[in-house]
Amino acid sequence: MTLGARVSGDVEDMRVSKVTISDVTFTADLSGALFWEEQRLLVVSDLHLEKGSSFATRGVLLPPYDTLATLSRLAAVISRHNPKIVIALGDSFHDRSAHERLSADDRDAVAGLQSGRDWIWISGNHDPMLPSDLGGTVADEVAIGPITFRHEPTGAHGEIAGHLHPKARVSARGRSMERRCFASDGMRAVMPAFGAYAGGLSIRDAAFAKIFPKNGFVAHLLGDRRVHAIAASRCY
Amino acid sequence: MRRAHHLSGHSLRLVGTLHFAHPARPRHPSTNLPPRLTCDAVPPRILKIPAEPAALLPDRFQQWFAARGWSPREHQLALLEKAREDRSALLIAPTGAGKTLAGFLPTLVELSSAPATPAKSVVSTGRAVQRSGGLHTLYISPLKALAVDIARNLERPVAEMGLPIKIETRTGDTPVSRRQRQRRYPPDILLTTPEQLALLLSSDDAPFLFSSLERIVLDELHALVTSKRGDLLSLGLARLWRLAPQMRAIGLSATVAEPESLARFLVPQPKDSAESADIVVAGGAAPPLVEMLDTRERLPWAGHSARHALPEIYQLIKANKTTLVFVNTRSQAEMLFQNLWSMNDDNLAIALHHGSLDVAQRRKVEDAMSAGRLRGVVCTSSLDLGVDWGDVDLVVNIGAPKGSSRLMQRIGRANHRLDEASRAVLVPANRFEVLECRVAIDAIAENAQDTPPLRIGALDVLAQHVLGCACGEPFLSDELYAEVRTAAPYADLSRQDFDDVVDFVASGGYALKTYERFARIKQDKEGRWRVANPKVRQSYRMNVGTIVEDDMLKVRLVRSRGGGQGKASGSTGVIARGGRLLGEIEEAFIEGLSPGDTFVFSGEVVRYETLVEDQVYVSRAHDKDPKVPSYMGGKFPLSTYLAERVRRLLDDGRAWSGLPEQVRDWLSLQRDVSRVPAVRELLVESFPRANKHYIVCYPFEGRLAHQTLGMLLTRRLERARARPLGFVANEYAVAIWALGDMSFMIRDGRIDLNALFDPDMLGDDLEAWLAESALMKRTFRNCAIISGLIARRHTGEEKSRRQVLFSTDLVYDVLRKHQADHVLLRAARADAATGLLDLRRLGDMLTRIQGRITHRELDHVSPLAVPVMLEIGRESVYGEAGDELLAEAADELVKEAMG
Repeated sequence: MTLGARVSGDVEDMRVSKVTISDVTFTADLSGALFWEEQRLLVVSDLHLEKGSSFATRGVLLPPYDTLATLSRLAAVISRHNPKIVIALGDSFHDRSAHERLSADDRDAVAGLQSGRDWIWISGNHDPMLPSDLGGTVADEVAIGPITFRHEPTGAHGEIAGHLHPKARVSARGRSMERRCFASDGMRAVMPAFGAYAGGLSIRDAAFAKIFPKNGFVAHLLGDRRVHAIAASRCY
Repeated sequence: MRRAHHLSGHSLRLVGTLHFAHPARPRHPSTNLPPRLTCDAVPPRILKIPAEPAALLPDRFQQWFAARGWSPREHQLALLEKAREDRSALLIAPTGAGKTLAGFLPTLVELSSAPATPAKSVVSTGRAVQRSGGLHTLYISPLKALAVDIARNLERPVAEMGLPIKIETRTGDTPVSRRQRQRRYPPDILLTTPEQLALLLSSDDAPFLFSSLERIVLDELHALVTSKRGDLLSLGLARLWRLAPQMRAIGLSATVAEPESLARFLVPQPKDSAESADIVVAGGAAPPLVEMLDTRERLPWAGHSARHALPEIYQLIKANKTTLVFVNTRSQAEMLFQNLWSMNDDNLAIALHHGSLDVAQRRKVEDAMSAGRLRGVVCTSSLDLGVDWGDVDLVVNIGAPKGSSRLMQRIGRANHRLDEASRAVLVPANRFEVLECRVAIDAIAENAQDTPPLRIGALDVLAQHVLGCACGEPFLSDELYAEVRTAAPYADLSRQDFDDVVDFVASGGYALKTYERFARIKQDKEGRWRVANPKVRQSYRMNVGTIVEDDMLKVRLVRSRGGGQGKASGSTGVIARGGRLLGEIEEAFIEGLSPGDTFVFSGEVVRYETLVEDQVYVSRAHDKDPKVPSYMGGKFPLSTYLAERVRRLLDDGRAWSGLPEQVRDWLSLQRDVSRVPAVRELLVESFPRANKHYIVCYPFEGRLAHQTLGMLLTRRLERARARPLGFVANEYAVAIWALGDMSFMIRDGRIDLNALFDPDMLGDDLEAWLAESALMKRTFRNCAIISGLIARRHTGEEKSRRQVLFSTDLVYDVLRKHQADHVLLRAARADAATGLLDLRRLGDMLTRIQGRITHRELDHVSPLAVPVMLEIGRESVYGEAGDELLAEAADELVKEAMG
């Protein structure tokens, strides 16, 4: 085990790789979700639903399809893993009134995803006051075994957080590409944003240095067909 | 008046393109090329010898000319006559023909005879004159510096003749107070840019300002019409025709391939037919003397640096008074400048000029140039247009000429005396470029033009214009649609497209109608559209224009942290912040670098240290050669016309005698071991090399089309299980390498070349690729900005560029999936046809070569393939990379972990 990560050798399912955090092994899904097999628990972070309409209120008329796009991808990963518990790790809604702008169809879609499982909305800085009429439980953080789920990372052991929207760039011989990624050093992890319009912050930003002290960490980049584990020092 | 004293004989030369003169010389011998390619073949109603100068030119003007020993040129009189006939006109003239004066003469004559208002006693001190007649003439230039210089030069004849004419400029630099005054008390002549015109038109008082307009002069029209700025200008013209139906246009242009279509730009297009301005062609330019550098050195197989010819280039600079050395890219300019100085034992004053240098620094070079203090300037297309400064007696063009018209315009920068030939030397940097230079010289001798055809107006530009219209007087859709169609690029605009654009401007144009309440423009009871609130107007004003700059990063020189191991460290803890500012560089280039990589910038080899926000930190490197060649390819691909001529040259063995011996030998060897492609044929070679299998094809369609072709072929070969690994494209060829034995697969029928190159690759394969293409995303982003979907600048807040609020790439992905026929995607697709993906050209090529593919199976690489093969690993493929790149990086981690 180097750098707290095991590089995926999974041949039959290339869409995932394994990430170990505080001795718990998670599956890093190509969609940007994290799955805890033993608990049948699925985590997604930073959905930023209704970001498009949030801009529209300020005159920037972004296509109003981001919520639909995000929920469709969420539906796909849920049906792939069939979790018992889903945690939305904060900033699920782009602003405080975003849930009021949800279309009836999107509301139904959320209800459909929630049915038959536990659903936990963790509050984030964009959505500190979560609505009560959307189903699921609202919490500031959730601890299960050695793992704590909260929105803003503190760097604590066993913490899985979001908020920072990590992305990483890799380059070679004049070519380069940038992707969303999980950032993890075996003790803690920061999840990529799941939302269709959610941008990213480079893992070389000082914000990450605060969370991952000294030994460096690994970026699990979401490629086209598989997740790639690459040392953060190799990215920028 | 920098050069007012440069009198030589009876031909005075002024700064700018004011140029007076003496009897026209006969046009140089005509040609045997197809008529549409030559300016000599322009249709008949060109140049009637005007009746009598006396009849056209008032006494005051005649005396003024005579006092200087000049006589007006034929085309200058011709434009006066067109004005008298109340006709719009397109003047086609080479640089130095006195184009600008010709364009302004009708205005000056008309204003000189206008009755002075009795109440005022008018004093002719040029600038300080007050008139009450309103704006008479609008002059539009692609460069604000040019507008300013032309204004300065116009003041002179106006002052000398004592004409009561007030001349002003209006650019981004004009102070607010003067702008306001200009709107209340317009000058007689206003010199400005297309963007400023759009801004003026979007104001409430546009009818007041423009209703008196008699004429508009459009300078460097050939350059303006090839871009979206031309679309914007055409829409502005359409608006002016409605506000000032009496207005006549004069277009000033270099020689173009299709003067007729350019002439349509200048007059309102009637419904369902076409109307053109009259065309006036100035004769008299001596044909240029162009030769190819006859190098004694060995011609390189590949590369773009022309390093082999450096001593010879240096000697040329030394032997001439002032030499302009044109190269195709910023990085080539950097490299060449650096190399020339390293051998500059005579301490010749050689300067550098390119678009990424600081404006102040560029201006300094230009001033030194016009003061005659420079012996040489290494420059890029940054000097293709603009003010004529200095006594340039030689133009050296390094590398591929790309197109004959472009080259002719560059050569025209030398020696602006019409009666003397411009002199130019072409320096090919590799063997293929020798072929390109050869055919370019032939094309120039025939005066064959290859400027692109007139654009079809872009929908994103139309969206910007529609918003601008709504900022002014409210409009009715029916009326605006009719108005827009009078602009030549939009003459064929469908009502559906127009309505979609209006819908887009209003509420985004989405099938899902959720944004009605956020609409930016709204209809009143009569159906007139107006802006919904003042913020929309403000945002329009701040974002007008169609030039989307590449994202640039500031480059600062700091001390190295040493080591140069290429380990990224993210924070700049060890690097002192600050550092000397060297200039700006494309973000896309920096993204392809790893820390520790070296490249040439600002005349020296530097090491990339780190990137913090929008600052790139570099340190001085001691390497002689940079690790990463920063040749990102020129902006313009090889023209279709020159490509065709190169193919013809290859096909005609007898014509090879005009080529250097080394090149003849190279081609002969190719004929012996493989084949030299015929004009219409596509040659495909396959051969093994170092455990990989290669195919190389030679379409000669330019780098952009070849990159697209490379992408699509790789996809198809992957499907055929040839296991392709990569490809490289240059202006002439594409090489693809694979693990699979492609020679065997072709023999075996598992790869059918006719199917591989079938035009149907522009169907599903293209669609699949566009979904993820970085080039397409960049194209989309430009459309999103120009159309006003997203703002470059926000009101009140100057956001740092790195604080990106959302990524247009993500918007592209979502929109593509959920509303594939959205008007912005249509706009982006139209751009892709001619822009970065050059799809139209690729399509034409695939159709041309159908059934004409010749395959040669070889044991090893052929002579013709060597240049493109040498570029493997040296040429960067822009932006496209996938899992393999990530996997490669991940493998290194495995090695690190295991090793």
